[in-house]
Amino acid sequence: MAGGGTGDPGGGAGDPGGGAEDPGGGALDAAAAERLLATMWRIRAFEERLEPLKRSSMVHGLTHLSIGQEAVAAGVCTQLRDDEPVYSNHRANGHALAKGVDMGKLLAELMGRADGCCRGLGGSMHVVDVAHGFLGATGVVGGNLPFAVGSALASRLLGRARPAVVFFGDGAAQTGIFAETVNLASLWQVPVVFVCENNGFAEFTPRSAHTRVERVSDLAAPFCVAARTVDGNDVVEVHGAFADALSQARAGSGPYLLECLTHRLSGHYVGDPGGYRAALEDEAWRARDPIARLVRQAAAAGWFDAEHARAAEAAARDEVEAAVAFALGSPFPDPSIPAELTYARS
Amino acid sequence: MSHVIPYIAAIQEAIREEMERDERVLYFGQNMATSPEDPFLKQFGPDRVRVTPISETAEIGMATGAAVAGYRPVVELYMAEFLLVATDQVVNEGTRFHFMSKGAVSVPMVMVAGYGFTAGWAGQHTGSIYGMFMGVPGLKVALPSTPADAKGLMTTAIRDDNPVLFFQNYLLLLEEGEVPDGEHAVPFGVADVKRSGSDLTLVATGYAVHTALGAAESLARRGVSVEVIDPRTIAPLDVDTILSSVARTGHLVLVDQATRHSSVAAVIAAEVAELGFSSLEAPISMVTALDSSIAYSKPVEEFVLPDEHKVVRAVEASLGLAPASS
Repeated sequence: MAGGGTGDPGGGAGDPGGGAEDPGGGALDAAAAERLLATMWRIRAFEERLEPLKRSSMVHGLTHLSIGQEAVAAGVCTQLRDDEPVYSNHRANGHALAKGVDMGKLLAELMGRADGCCRGLGGSMHVVDVAHGFLGATGVVGGNLPFAVGSALASRLLGRARPAVVFFGDGAAQTGIFAETVNLASLWQVPVVFVCENNGFAEFTPRSAHTRVERVSDLAAPFCVAARTVDGNDVVEVHGAFADALSQARAGSGPYLLECLTHRLSGHYVGDPGGYRAALEDEAWRARDPIARLVRQAAAAGWFDAEHARAAEAAARDEVEAAVAFALGSPFPDPSIPAELTYARS
Repeated sequence: MSHVIPYIAAIQEAIREEMERDERVLYFGQNMATSPEDPFLKQFGPDRVRVTPISETAEIGMATGAAVAGYRPVVELYMAEFLLVATDQVVNEGTRFHFMSKGAVSVPMVMVAGYGFTAGWAGQHTGSIYGMFMGVPGLKVALPSTPADAKGLMTTAIRDDNPVLFFQNYLLLLEEGEVPDGEHAVPFGVADVKRSGSDLTLVATGYAVHTALGAAESLARRGVSVEVIDPRTIAPLDVDTILSSVARTGHLVLVDQATRHSSVAAVIAAEVAELGFSSLEAPISMVTALDSSIAYSKPVEEFVLPDEHKVVRAVEASLGLAPASS
């Protein structure tokens, strides 16, 4: 094996295939639709519970919510194997849950507890779960975009066809590192899928104040990168578009940029006064709630009925309460651990 | 006469007054002036006040270009770690311009960055990274600890003909204090004695000034007289005030929220060891953050950072006092 193991979610030595069952992709069937619904409800229920936990200081630090954006995380991550890595950004809860991070360990992390997936050292912006190929997030916008190129490059060098995925927001497209990364991925034809969650806001600033480029996908063509923009609040559309991108990447193609137009229904972080949100048309977006839409689509397609949808919500809320109990039962970490973790031991 | 305002309002007051005084002062950056109701935008208009994309490298480089053309830009960078994205622009471009042009060009600009959000903002948003900019020739670094100094240093920063890094502390933004009425400029390179004392010299920077003052207060109740010095700017650094204090007290403890080996404390310790050695009656002691990233979890975060208790212990050790029962 080349290099440090934690950068290679293909897992430990002797397990070059990663061992995970291929969760599929391609056209949506009832089972896949049910998985998308369950995933979106798990994210929604988790974050709805997180907000009061944060406001009552049970959750210690900075917390960004993705309520309203669940379709992107679900549509993308549920199709990936454990050895196909995902890099996230500061709004990471949904990506983490959809990629398979244990809900109890995620909440324990957000409460700064010893049983958190990073022993409480990382927090919400820096969740890492190597076993599930969730390679963390960055608190610096765009900071990990090239990591995905490196992961995909390494996978090719190792003789595998394991694409890497990186989520980023529309704000990150204005950083220099974005242009550098997309160009390099194109130049070397690395199998990476750049998934842009375009929610129209970079932190507190609307897109119109950031750029004259209407779509992030417009930035791909000058670098000879294929791209597509989809309705990011339609999980069926996200799933289908990402399935296409993923199958090409697994077949060894170069980079792809998938832009998902969406909207966060809460502030930049919990506690954000949100004065800038007056003109955001939240109500119009609520009508495009990705969960409610999937329930309607499922009824029309015969995937599942309303009763199943209610059961999925109830199951998600039960799982959240179990996660709360687990996290509250976990101790705080030994404060002296920074000494052992500042450097890797060679 | 003075008025009481929060630290952040004092900074804004300085920028506003300098913009009123000098139309060459521009103000732009991230997450500001996003609404037409923004007071700066309303008063000075969109030519002088602008929100930028998340593009630190271009923001700072653009400020350099505008400064060379005669303007005096103030760039709001939001979080100090975002400076690191544009390290070349901060360290190696505008800062070199004056020297390399044999003085033909000057670059009057201010970069405003918040640091030390040590309230669970975790590894990438909590650092006290000012120390790494101390040794950059051509760059001045201001580190206010009070609203009055925040206003006075910002006024001076805008008037200075060099690039200035202005570090505001996130946990102090809403702390109120008295600010002199009218024009208020604090000179660079002049330390302030925040508390007079005769037994030991505490030198603290930025947020740590309050840690030091808290420790000094509790020590005073035990009859220990501690002097607290705040350099206010770390480049230029007023070593003379520190040396003269140490000449009287013979004891020096340095308090800094930066990591030990990238701290202002380490630089001051070296200066006093070389220039004030004969005054010292005990080894210099540094109370800093550990050389570690700052954890998200609260107990681990606290373990890594300096606090009043650690300062008191260091003072006791320097003076040979028995530890207070806690």
